[in-house]
Amino acid sequence: MHPILKLVSQRLALGLLLLIAASALIFIGTQILPGDVAQSILGQSATPEAIANLRKDLGLNEPALSRYFSWLGNALQGDLGTALTNGQDIATSMGKRLGNTLFLAFWAAVISVPLAIFLGLLAVRYKDRWPDKLISGVTLASISIPEFLIGYVLMYFVGVKLGWAPSVAMINDSMTLGAKLHAIALPVTVLTLVVLAHMMRMTRAAILNVMQSAYIETAELKGLSSFQVIARHAFPNAIAPIVNVVMLNLAYLVVGVVVVEVVFVYPGMGQYLVDHVAKRDVPVVQACGLVFAAVYILLNMVADIVSILANPRLRHPK
Amino acid sequence: MGEPLLKVRSLKIGATVYPPDAKPHKIEIVHGVDFELEKGKVLGLIGESGAGKSTIGLSALGYGRGGVELTGGEVWVNGRDILQGGIADLRKLRGAEVTYVAQSAAASFNPAKKIMDQVVEASVTQGKFSKSEAEAKARLLFAKLGLPDPNNIGSRYPHQVSGGQLQRCMTALALCPEPDLVVFDEPTTALDVTTQIDVLAAIKEAIRDTGVAALYITHDLAVVAQVSDHIMVLKMGEMVEYGPVDQIINNPKEEYTQALVSVRSINHEEKTPVEPILTVKNINARYRGTKFDVLHDVSVDISPGQTLAVVGESGSGKSTLARVITGLLPPSAGSIDFAGRTLTPDQPSRSREDLRELQMIYQMADVAMNPRQTVGTIIGRPLEFYFGMKGAEKRKRIAELLEEIEMGDGFIDRYPAELSGGQKQRVCIARALAAKPKLIICDEVTSALDPLVADGILKLLLDLQKREDVAYLFITHDLATVRAIADSIAVMYQGRVVRYGTKSEVLSPPFDDYTDLLLSSVPEMKLGWLENVIATRKMESAGN
Repeated sequence: MHPILKLVSQRLALGLLLLIAASALIFIGTQILPGDVAQSILGQSATPEAIANLRKDLGLNEPALSRYFSWLGNALQGDLGTALTNGQDIATSMGKRLGNTLFLAFWAAVISVPLAIFLGLLAVRYKDRWPDKLISGVTLASISIPEFLIGYVLMYFVGVKLGWAPSVAMINDSMTLGAKLHAIALPVTVLTLVVLAHMMRMTRAAILNVMQSAYIETAELKGLSSFQVIARHAFPNAIAPIVNVVMLNLAYLVVGVVVVEVVFVYPGMGQYLVDHVAKRDVPVVQACGLVFAAVYILLNMVADIVSILANPRLRHPK
Repeated sequence: MGEPLLKVRSLKIGATVYPPDAKPHKIEIVHGVDFELEKGKVLGLIGESGAGKSTIGLSALGYGRGGVELTGGEVWVNGRDILQGGIADLRKLRGAEVTYVAQSAAASFNPAKKIMDQVVEASVTQGKFSKSEAEAKARLLFAKLGLPDPNNIGSRYPHQVSGGQLQRCMTALALCPEPDLVVFDEPTTALDVTTQIDVLAAIKEAIRDTGVAALYITHDLAVVAQVSDHIMVLKMGEMVEYGPVDQIINNPKEEYTQALVSVRSINHEEKTPVEPILTVKNINARYRGTKFDVLHDVSVDISPGQTLAVVGESGSGKSTLARVITGLLPPSAGSIDFAGRTLTPDQPSRSREDLRELQMIYQMADVAMNPRQTVGTIIGRPLEFYFGMKGAEKRKRIAELLEEIEMGDGFIDRYPAELSGGQKQRVCIARALAAKPKLIICDEVTSALDPLVADGILKLLLDLQKREDVAYLFITHDLATVRAIADSIAVMYQGRVVRYGTKSEVLSPPFDDYTDLLLSSVPEMKLGWLENVIATRKMESAGN
């Protein structure tokens, strides 16, 4: 078997194993939360008989292990159960929310990843000169300010004073793509500012590290321009660390957008999760946790696989 | 005779240095050098490290490595002073008119790109040839340089070819744009001698056939004598002597050149073997997790107070043998007797006495010392550890040891960074000596040093052997070193001892094939040596 196939399938198997472990942790975590689900649904005034009946209906009297496996089995078939609070199918109501979150994350990524890499290359090209210092300074400032503050500041100036983009990012299916993009302009900007610094600095550091290599000197002595040296010779050897940090930030765009979604009242996963945590809706919390874990593991797995594929020694063994 | 291709006038080069205990400041490393090079000629630049030869070579491309700057003088290439133009003019020159072959092709090829793409890149980017023209040219060069499968080798990645092949690819890279001048910077130094000779012959032939001029930089006078028309000897950034190769080799005028030519003049009478202090019996060894042996049935003896030289090319198992003897790699079969007792196979279970009597000195003195400890602390450590010495007694013994390595007690509070390469290696010798060992394993201890400095180290080791009656297991790939120091010799090849005996036995005919190849590959300081060897080998292979 080609060593690369072996490595990639190892990664895939490991990812799956990790996902199952994460599901177990999520399940255990929600089980050891204090309080009783039936009690919290029915309220303080419920009779003990009513609580016992509800517990039986919800299957809470079954042993934890069998409840875990039936939950996991159903989840693997796409059935995430029904929400306790409103009785709706979780998969259906979450599907739309997840779509919205991915929409937001996608456009934030489309802007921030190329921009971060380009700025990183630019910072290397003008290392220790004013463009480098400016880029580092601005991105560092933007990552240091809490995202809700950036959100509110943008909302006030761009949304309210200038009126260029709506302050509340409401989207629905009937909108055209252009209208949707206009609606999410501000949250996308905030997210871009938040993830830019990390990716840009890692790109800069990884490429500077490669720039010490003897083959960079060879490239310079071929008469290539500085940007050709960086883009053709340094960047291909810096892909692995860059991809890793890009994937971490993409995962953040999906998993960590809670604050931004709440600030802009965007109907995404973050809002959905926050709402149901407040209502103690355990099946929804579990389902959200599982989806977040899956996204995180998937993206990191992709980063691993890209790093493996980027290594010519693994791609082309002796 | 027209204008020379390359004309260098009072070239001055500066560098920024970062001393450990002072502010960074600028120093001058080349102090006004003049020379010229005609079209199609080869000039050898020779000198020890720090002589400024690479720096001068790179100045022909208008390039300063790291913090190096060309601070003054003129460098005329093809009738224009390249130091006057801007970076854009330099870029047009680099990779088109002047190209560069680096010492380590393995590090100088981009691991992420195919060889062909890198070989033709300069020609194509500079607009000298179209991609297909350049590739056709590259394939011709691959064939001329004796690379296997010249039509397809370009589609491989650098890690898929051997070190010697990669060095030829680097030469093809430099010749592909049809430059007027190639700067060869120690192109064969990192290769085994048996590989070096073929690469050297290929480079020489390529230079002759393409009619390109070359600056050939090396520290090895025997190598430069084979390829150059003229030689310039450099020392500390200044020219010592300049002349035709014949005059420099056979009739050097300056004292420094004479020292370089006559280096390795140590005369060591071999001693007859006696009852051995170390007996290695039928050792097999393999690295963990691998399925094949790297040492096969290795047996050697070392007599007390004598030197066994273990010689072979990289990958022959020399250093693995040292690891087995020191217990760092327990053997899978065989035994080791030392000073009348059998050593346990693994290092942690050995007694302190076993550890003390068996010391080691490494190739890279730099990394074998803690940079944050003073020389006194480094040498004092074995005194504390093995003999429990403290205070004034320890300091006195350290001073004695420093005296023994010809450095003096003024160095006791200095840090390794303040020492020269030769001094660092001397401190490592003193550290080994401090334990009063019966056997010292010396692993390529002179390989990283300049010839004159290495000579000093070898003389010191022989002196110490006489005084302290210590035995050496001397690992090296350099046959001149072997001749200088050995009493007996073991030649290793692919994990086996292929020839073993006293020095006179091993170095006199009849030879086995490998020893013959090894001995005949060592460059000799004679004009025409390379052609003779290649011709002899061609005849022999035709005869078979």
